[in-house]
Amino acid sequence: MSDNTPKIDEISGTETTGHEWDGIEELNTPMPRWWLWVFYASILFAIAYAIAMPSIPLVNSYYKGLLGASDRKQVAQEVELMGGQKYELFNQLNGETLEGIEAKPELFRFAMAAGKSAFGDNCATCHGSGGQGFKGYPNLNDDVWLWGGTFEDIRQTLTVGIRSAHDDTRFNIMMAYGREGFLTNPQIDDLTQYVLNLSGQEAEQQAVLRAGTVFQTNCSSCHGVAGTGDQSQGAPNLTDNEWLYGGDAADIRATIYNGRQGVMPNWNERLSPEIISALAIYVHSLGGGVATPQDTNTEDAP
Amino acid sequence: MTSKNILSRLKGDDSLIFIALICVLGFIWSIFAAQPHDVPSMIYPTMEMHGFILMGAFIIALIVIMFKVADGLPQIDHSEYEDGVIKAGVIATTFWGIVGMLVGVIIACQLTWPEIFYFENLPWTNFGRLRPLHTSAVIFAFGGNALIATSLYVVQRTCRTRLAGGNWAWFVFWGYQLFIVLAATGYLTGITQSKEYAEPEWYVDIWLTIVWVAYLMIFLFTLARRKEPHIYVANWFYLAFIITIAILHIVNNLALPTGPFDAKSYSLFAGVQDAMTQWWYGHNAVGFFLTAGFLAIMYYFIPKRADRPIWSYKLSIVHFWAVIFIYVWAGPHHLHYTALPQWTQTLGMVFSIMLWMPSWGGMINGLMTLSGAWDKLRTDPVLRMLVVSVAFYGMATFEGPLMSIRYVNALSHYTEWTIGHVHSGALGWNGFITFGALYCLVPWLWKKKELYSLKLVELHFWLATLGIVFYITSMWVAGIMEGLMWRAYTDLGFLEYAFIETVSAKHIYYVIRALGGTLFLLGTFIMAFNIFMTIKGKGLAQPLDGDIPLAKRPSVPTAAPILAGE
Repeated sequence: MSDNTPKIDEISGTETTGHEWDGIEELNTPMPRWWLWVFYASILFAIAYAIAMPSIPLVNSYYKGLLGASDRKQVAQEVELMGGQKYELFNQLNGETLEGIEAKPELFRFAMAAGKSAFGDNCATCHGSGGQGFKGYPNLNDDVWLWGGTFEDIRQTLTVGIRSAHDDTRFNIMMAYGREGFLTNPQIDDLTQYVLNLSGQEAEQQAVLRAGTVFQTNCSSCHGVAGTGDQSQGAPNLTDNEWLYGGDAADIRATIYNGRQGVMPNWNERLSPEIISALAIYVHSLGGGVATPQDTNTEDAP
Repeated sequence: MTSKNILSRLKGDDSLIFIALICVLGFIWSIFAAQPHDVPSMIYPTMEMHGFILMGAFIIALIVIMFKVADGLPQIDHSEYEDGVIKAGVIATTFWGIVGMLVGVIIACQLTWPEIFYFENLPWTNFGRLRPLHTSAVIFAFGGNALIATSLYVVQRTCRTRLAGGNWAWFVFWGYQLFIVLAATGYLTGITQSKEYAEPEWYVDIWLTIVWVAYLMIFLFTLARRKEPHIYVANWFYLAFIITIAILHIVNNLALPTGPFDAKSYSLFAGVQDAMTQWWYGHNAVGFFLTAGFLAIMYYFIPKRADRPIWSYKLSIVHFWAVIFIYVWAGPHHLHYTALPQWTQTLGMVFSIMLWMPSWGGMINGLMTLSGAWDKLRTDPVLRMLVVSVAFYGMATFEGPLMSIRYVNALSHYTEWTIGHVHSGALGWNGFITFGALYCLVPWLWKKKELYSLKLVELHFWLATLGIVFYITSMWVAGIMEGLMWRAYTDLGFLEYAFIETVSAKHIYYVIRALGGTLFLLGTFIMAFNIFMTIKGKGLAQPLDGDIPLAKRPSVPTAAPILAGE
């Protein structure tokens, strides 16, 4: 039987309860004072906090608390405060030109901040958080533009997208010359060499010569007779050795064989015109923005 | 054996009849469930698969029962403890521990190197499917088996009686494994009711309910048959755990299936009520599964291994009732700053703060039980594991109330800090106390003098401790960093950082976390090897001299550990 009379534990000098289970006994140590006091204190804090804050459900409402604190009210206030400051500046962005924005340092700084924030949330996923781009997603830091690099060009691209669902979307097609049978495999091999040569890379000269006619017949209407591209139709410059889908022989061949039809969404349904303007300012400033052409343009574009 | 004999034995122990009945009914249901459904949806093939799994399980069960009856039921010696089912539980705990932790390491790698560990053509390897597999495997499969095995062991020893219910204990064991298999295969094939830690669909929930009620009955009837005047504190905690989990499980899973053989159901609750019910469940799964249940393990194995009396009986009573009463109210702290009414959030927070000291009562009692036996920590790595687990318990139960404070939560919520907090509790507290209990149980159950190798226990201890340190420190840093980055505004009122920047900033901490998890997993492999060799009787695990009858003596025979240093 294990309900023994209490005895004194030799090591601690404390009395046991006299219970024993499977050899386990219990000491009759009192609860630690500090433990008890901290417990009481936490209960007191709980009561005080519950009196100060909304805490008790009532029939149709709830006890609001002495401090009258309310998360909803607080959020509404903060949103209003933030919105109030921004509203004015956003309004100024609307319909403003690059020069107009640049002329007002405060507005420019605001547009850059708004653009950077919107870029991180919307664009960085594909273009990279620094706009550095990835294979298939253009680098926005350089001055190589497919559809033009002026503020207005960029804003237009953002608004309507490329091959997007927008009615006026920027659109062209790099056809799948191999897969769809427009060109034979040897022709594509030659063309690959031709494009390598255009971009100043090492190429097989015989093949380059053979491909000359093929290029002029099939490619020059978009990429230009010299292969320098055409921003009005979004045709890449093939001579600058800057590549969206890779510039070695295999990548170029794949591009010619399978075609390329990358998509950029139209952001007008998701972002307001002011945010799109701010984004255009930000992207334009990343390093490759082209100055707005003047009516009598004498400057060289950067 | 004559049929008359069998009948009279069945009368003495009718568990097999009822178990067979459950299996027959289940088999009939699963025949329908295994029918091909012509609804063209991803989830229906899973229903068929589950139908076949259940049919197979019930058929095997029925065949086993038939053989048992045909062989003549063995006369149960009521002066012996029922240890077979506990041995099975120890092995299952080890097995599921490895599975759960392995999946944990895999998903840690998926988060760290998504470009490597992403397999487009194997949808079941997707993070979204593996993550609930990891959480359920470690909590319910590893932790649950540990709780069931230790509870059935402890209740027999501390009540000095054999388990009640005859074969029902085996029903609970195998029924619980079936639940785990159904849940795991369901997650991998895309079945989930989208409630965290309660992902299995309605039919799996019903099955678990049946198993759990059987478990509760075994426990209650064993307690009722006890030969001790009082109920030991570990059994209070076990009972609180079993009862509360039953209530939580049933209420949170109240749902209407779309059909009697469909793998799809809709919760009875909607909107914010659903969220509140879910986190009332979720938080108390932590409270009663991972805290109360494991405190029960602590209350038996620490005094047993240290060979010291429980430090304070009064403290155990007060902190037990305080934990039980306060814990159930703390759930809303998972929903701070959400659509949940603010008054509910306030209550969730203040109850969490009041919970701090009651939780620490268990830590104090566990650690102080060591007084007079501290020197054993130097020589006994198993005891050290048990004690360090209590230290981690104390840390996690301080961190919990801290994070429940709304203003702290505003920073910590949704960040890696939460993951770190959970794992300091899960790896440090639940993991270590379970390892310690397993290291105690294996020699006791298989009647060996000692484990195969205490040196390997030492190695396990250090690998796992190092792993935990890597894990939780990296997650603290990552969590606080990303919390601060999320809330950083520029002076113009725009967010300072894009979300993707916070993700890439965490990469190095993810690497450290994956490393920590790997070390912890490595330790578990070492434990499994040690347990295997102990059962085989190698190394120090020599058989005990003479077969000491178990229930005839009240105390666990041997196990005064033969320590390396002695």
